[in-house]
Amino acid sequence: MSVTQLNPKEDKTPALSAQVVAFARPRPQKPLARQFARRGRQMLAAILPPLVTLALMLALWEILCSGPTSSLPSPSRVVSESWELIVHPFHVGQGVDQGMVWHVLASLQRVAIGYAFAVVAGVALGVLVGQSQWAMRGLDPIFQVLRTVPPLAWLPLSLAAFRDGNPSAIFVIFITAIWPIIINTAVGIRNIPQDYQNVAKVLRLNGFEYFGKIMLPAAAPYIFTGLRIGIGLSWLAIVAAEMLIGGVGIGFFIWDAWNSSLISDIIVALIYVGVVGFLLDRLIAFVGRLVTRGTANA
Amino acid sequence: MAQSYLSLEFIDKTFERNGTKSDVLKQISLGVDKGEFISIIGHSGCGKSTVLNIIAGLIEATSGAVFLDGKHVDAPGPERAVVFQNHSLLPWLTVYENVDLAVSKVFRGKRSKAERHDWVMHNLDLVQMAHARDKRPAEISGGMKQRVGIARALSMEPKVLLLDEPFGALDALTRAHLQDAVMEIHARLGNTMIMITHDVDEAVLLSDRIVMMTNGPAAKIGEVLEVPIARPRNRIELASDRTYLRCREAVLKFLYERHRFVEAAE
Ligand SMILES: Nc1ncnc2c1ncn2[C@@H]1O[C@H](COP(=O)(O)OP(=O)(O)O)[C@@H](O)[C@H]1O
Ligand SMILES: [Mg+2]
Repeated sequence: MSVTQLNPKEDKTPALSAQVVAFARPRPQKPLARQFARRGRQMLAAILPPLVTLALMLALWEILCSGPTSSLPSPSRVVSESWELIVHPFHVGQGVDQGMVWHVLASLQRVAIGYAFAVVAGVALGVLVGQSQWAMRGLDPIFQVLRTVPPLAWLPLSLAAFRDGNPSAIFVIFITAIWPIIINTAVGIRNIPQDYQNVAKVLRLNGFEYFGKIMLPAAAPYIFTGLRIGIGLSWLAIVAAEMLIGGVGIGFFIWDAWNSSLISDIIVALIYVGVVGFLLDRLIAFVGRLVTRGTANA
Repeated sequence: MAQSYLSLEFIDKTFERNGTKSDVLKQISLGVDKGEFISIIGHSGCGKSTVLNIIAGLIEATSGAVFLDGKHVDAPGPERAVVFQNHSLLPWLTVYENVDLAVSKVFRGKRSKAERHDWVMHNLDLVQMAHARDKRPAEISGGMKQRVGIARALSMEPKVLLLDEPFGALDALTRAHLQDAVMEIHARLGNTMIMITHDVDEAVLLSDRIVMMTNGPAAKIGEVLEVPIARPRNRIELASDRTYLRCREAVLKFLYERHRFVEAAE
């Protein structure tokens, strides 16, 4: 009896699900194909113009610098002169004789350390300045003056203080990146809507809860603006910071190449610096989008 | 003097801005019984929000005092939950998380995690928003946001629910839906509620008493009107109800004859 009861059920279920599949399938297919086509067109529209511009610029550069008296190498000469450097990015040698990847990684490590310190100290100081009227009055004018000091100007001072190249370079990164982080965090904190503060008051959130649940998320879009400017500035500063301290790093590599009159190598290094800087900026922007999802549009 | 459940006693409020003082409230005294629904009505800028914020403890009165259930009110707290005019949901939290923020804070250590979860869902059900629990405020309509704001306030189990023009920014149809929802919640839970409004029909439909404020500066309570209409109330039946029409007329007369809004006073 149980068998006879089970059988018709089993018969029915696949028939039903088969029907569902049959209905469901053709529906998304057309839009999906169209979606792919649209995506493809969008990608093309995004990639094609810069590629064309790049080709034109390279052609112009080639024409301008191909003369025998030209002081700068043309693209084709860069490729032929620095061929070893270009095709062996992971080369390991003595001293400054390393593949480009190792130089970039050494620089990135310094930036990571200096920037991490700048993020922690910058957000903390920004919160202080944004929260307290007196801290703002006392500190803001000083920040406004200090932030205009060019990164390289800090280097002799930090060399004198640390008596060592590596911490000096890291300090220069730190001091360059921290100002936009402080200022943007403070603005973000000061712009927390009164409504959110009232919600916190009615709930009697304590200081820690307010900080974690209201302050940081509410100020996050501003903080990430500061973080993004900060990462850009610290990458700008790394070349300056490393030029004078020696060892492995993209900054010293450029300085060394200049001293050895390897102009082609400098150009290769510049391309690395540009691409890495671009990627860093995109990385922070991406993290910011992830973290502030929903916050920007209240 | 026998004190009411909630009592405002001789509240004065003077704001000081750049050295110039402005008297906003003068000698506001009011007693509210437990379970009562009070509307405060008055022209814009007369000081309604200031009264509500003083009850909430978000603003300090210059002189006078507020007592709730025999205790002096001197700071904000969840027993006086506020529904703000612009919902003020936290945009980075989902609907569920917004209510849960309040529930976790108020009932931490008093209820288990499972109980707190059930309580969040219960309050979302109460305002018919359980279906949108995982949406963020930006993804739901203005009326829905206000519903979630009400759920968040109710979830604190407040002694008094304070509503500052809760439906002011909504279209007439959505507003009517929410008024019905609030009436139903009031009937079910018997909360004490104080609502600010500038809508005469809303005031008469919802309230047990309507507090009418005079124009500022130094606004006073001009008149308190009883609304002796039995509950549950039905907006369609009331449209031709004699008592309803009489109350409506009384409020209109107060607002537009005796205390006409003078634009120049702003
Ligand atoms: N923080 C403040 N400082 C100075 N004046 C204020 C402040 N808050 C409100 N006021 C003034 O108090 C008066 C009453 O405001 P409010 O209570 O918001 O009015 P309503 O809610 O009735 O429209 C207004 O004239 C307003 O300008
Ligand atoms: Mg108001």
